[in-house]
Amino acid sequence: MSSACRSAFVFAIAATFATMLAGCEREDRPLRSEPALSEGHEAIALASNAPGPGGPVEHKSGTRSEYEKVAFQVSQGKKLFTWYNCSGCHANGGGGSGPALMDDVWIYGSAIENIAASIREGRPNGMPTFRGKIPEDQIWQIAAYVRALGGFVASDVASSRHDQLYAHEGESRLASPPEPANRQPGLAQPK
Amino acid sequence: MRLRLDLMALIPILWLLSACAGEQSALDPRGPHAEHLARLFWIFLAVCSFVWIAVMVVLLIGTLRRTLPRPNPLSLDPAQERRSTLVVGGAVAATVLTMIALTAISYLSQRHVFAREKAAVTIKVTGLQWWWDVRYEADSPDQTVTTANEIHVPVGEPVTVKLAATDVIHSFWVPSLFGKQDLIPGQDNEIQFTASRPGVYRGQCAEFCGFQHAHMGLLVIALPPAEFQAWLKSQTAPASPPPDALQARGSEIFAAKACIMCHTIRGTSAGSRVGPDLTHFASRKTIASATLEMSRGNIAAWVVDPQGIKPGTNMPNVSIAPDELDPLVSYLAGLR
Repeated sequence: MSSACRSAFVFAIAATFATMLAGCEREDRPLRSEPALSEGHEAIALASNAPGPGGPVEHKSGTRSEYEKVAFQVSQGKKLFTWYNCSGCHANGGGGSGPALMDDVWIYGSAIENIAASIREGRPNGMPTFRGKIPEDQIWQIAAYVRALGGFVASDVASSRHDQLYAHEGESRLASPPEPANRQPGLAQPK
Repeated sequence: MRLRLDLMALIPILWLLSACAGEQSALDPRGPHAEHLARLFWIFLAVCSFVWIAVMVVLLIGTLRRTLPRPNPLSLDPAQERRSTLVVGGAVAATVLTMIALTAISYLSQRHVFAREKAAVTIKVTGLQWWWDVRYEADSPDQTVTTANEIHVPVGEPVTVKLAATDVIHSFWVPSLFGKQDLIPGQDNEIQFTASRPGVYRGQCAEFCGFQHAHMGLLVIALPPAEFQAWLKSQTAPASPPPDALQARGSEIFAAKACIMCHTIRGTSAGSRVGPDLTHFASRKTIASATLEMSRGNIAAWVVDPQGIKPGTNMPNVSIAPDELDPLVSYLAGLR
């Protein structure tokens, strides 16, 4: 092997490893929110969001990408969704006494800002306000998870479904993917 | 000069040995199960040290011995051959016997360690990121006691611990009392131990479980049986109402803030099971899973900035106004 060929080979190996190393830092996990900003300081934004002709007004702020594009935030939201008993009314997103969160009907807007406002301020006909009860960063985490339930989030960010929601054994206990015939009709294909 | 150097060398050895005693040491056993394990450790150490030294001595002899060139290198010396066969055969036999003996000894020890008696107390310990939920089982639900990160046991009586996990795999280990046992989601394990002397023994999660694995400690407090029963009785009681205006204000803040979303204080409207039960919070010796000593200052620090003390812990940073902190801490410090 000539020396030029060898150095090209070494360079290719080094470049491969550098690329792999860069992949280690896929996303940051912001752990420590600013306590003073962590709750109750967002402006109340109910007025323009009422249902009616023209649809809800969707708010956009820069916060969206900090939560909706980070898998850690979405999975934290999934955990909090269970812990704070959102399922009590929304039943894992399928809807019960509260509206379903995995369909395409969004009474108060499907933007993450609107969902965060719905959690923070509550909505008429049953949704309670969690202002002051849930810190602001956790509200955004739950909102990001609700976006994932609605299918708005990239597939590499969206968290997997709860094991008990599958018609078959938990994913972690499966030796191989189940036969399609074993799945219940109408269920979305698990990712 | 030589003597002083030798003494200097002794200091680190003594310092290392001093780490073998104390509240968290498998070499300082305080119960029959840990004693069996410690005895096993010393037997294995002695046998393996002997084997290692013997191998090194033989190796040294083989390296240093001078072999004279023989007149005919291809000739066989029958006496020499017999001797070699004996030595190699003897070494193989000794190895096999040693391994059989060690296996038998560890089997006999394990029979004691895994033997089951009728338990005086049954405790369900659930490992969570990153703390321990502790429930004392009772025939009647009103006698069930829930606490966290601290296990009280009666001295001299067998205690059964049922182990469960809800998030990831943890491992339950109090070195002074018993060996490790994993807590696995979806599989319930069980161990039994007895504390033979009163005292406080520290335990630690022994299976890497995430961000704050290192800060997932617990205390086992062994009390004389009468004191244990008194403690158990005091823990079944709900929290007493706040005695003064400051603590009453604190209880209102607790109910109005995010605290109530995760914690239970029996006797109040707080009833969530996500975080540790705080009904008799101030009666414990530590906070945040044996991370901080119980003191007013540490309670305040933990409440204001849990993410600074245990980054990644599931207790969020909650905004608390400066004039709210003192009432809240007074209330928590009054939950005895």
